[in-house]
Amino acid sequence: MDNLTFGFTMLIVGMGGTLATLFLITLCIRALVIFFPVRPEHTEEKK
Amino acid sequence: MIDAMLGGLGALSEGVRVLLTTGGPNVIMLAVAGVMFWLAIAKGVEPLLLLPIAFGCLLVNLPLSEVMDAGGVLKCLYDFGIGNELFPLLIFVGIGTMTDFTPLLANPRLLLFGAAGQLGIFITLMLALALGFSKEAAVSVAAIGACDGPTVIYVSNMFAGMNKIPTAMVGALAVAAYSYMALVPVIQPPIMRLLTTRKEREVKMTSPKGKVSKAALIAFPIVVTVITGIVAPKGLPLMGMIMLGNFMKVTGVVPRLANAAENEIANISTLFLGLAIGGTMAGPQFLKYETLMVFGLGLVAIVIDTVGGILLGKIWYLLSGGKVNPLVGAAGISAYPMAARLVQTEGQRWNKHNFLLMHAMAANTGGQIGSVMAAAIMLSILKGLGII
Repeated sequence: MDNLTFGFTMLIVGMGGTLATLFLITLCIRALVIFFPVRPEHTEEKK
Repeated sequence: MIDAMLGGLGALSEGVRVLLTTGGPNVIMLAVAGVMFWLAIAKGVEPLLLLPIAFGCLLVNLPLSEVMDAGGVLKCLYDFGIGNELFPLLIFVGIGTMTDFTPLLANPRLLLFGAAGQLGIFITLMLALALGFSKEAAVSVAAIGACDGPTVIYVSNMFAGMNKIPTAMVGALAVAAYSYMALVPVIQPPIMRLLTTRKEREVKMTSPKGKVSKAALIAFPIVVTVITGIVAPKGLPLMGMIMLGNFMKVTGVVPRLANAAENEIANISTLFLGLAIGGTMAGPQFLKYETLMVFGLGLVAIVIDTVGGILLGKIWYLLSGGKVNPLVGAAGISAYPMAARLVQTEGQRWNKHNFLLMHAMAANTGGQIGSVMAAAIMLSILKGLGII
């Protein structure tokens, strides 16, 4: 594989893959926050 | 008897003779070690790493030094913890315990700044290839853009172990990575000011809404580890170790282990890693044209990282109707928490009522994940291409 092809493969797949994976993690975080909400009673206890 | 005494004296002066006759590169490297000592001690530039690296550099460049020969102390340390990538991974466990992902979980969209902050890696890779570096060397140099010393050492040493890049290059890459991490407060502010308008810098962002439950904080490292394992298994040790450290901390059930990872393990690994890396900086192998290129490309990588983050910030500013301060994008690199503090300082410089710290911390932890993920993805692509 020549350097140009290699470079563009790494740029597009690498940067694209990083962006897509982090976006996936963002979705997972949103799901985690929904599935594991902060319990209101904790706040009341502190009060 | 006089002959024997002269022979003995001759042996004692052999070091001076070698230094004066063939020790030119070593003398230069001893001066480099002196500069690193000065930076670490007088200027406080990454002293935890630069001090042992400089001492390793001193030890290996003294005439007739055998510290990097077979059985030498630095060679043993190198084989024990660098040659198999153990020390960078142990340091990652410590970094995991020191990282708080709460701001990121409270504001997950800012994780995308962590992706934009890796642009420098891939652009620098292209530049290094254009400048004639081999594919493996180009990937190693590009990894400086991760702005994360252990990642750079992990990636480059993998290639050194395969004899794809010279061992001395690992030392150059490590020193460049840690130097530029320390210079982030010097490198980033001019770029921030150059790429943003005063109006953009003055944008006051609203506080992140909502708290994060402990259960979500506990589940997060597991989720990230599983995703990395599936998407980029070659980088799983990197991400797995950082998430292990964080998992131990957030569960709260193993405070002794978390404390050991944050202190003893991280400190011992840092000392040994620094010494062993310094041991790779022997003058004749280190003083090459490629070393200068490594430092030049490393700077380019970090500049482009910052540009990438700020440009995403500007796009976000436009899309949100002026609600996102583009400066936050500069924190999308892995220099934690330095980059976040820098954004806070710069934001307050232009608007005294501006508190960007929590947003910047979210972007900064995103940068940590992003840098490791980018390295993991690069390694997995290389595996897929049959290069490693």
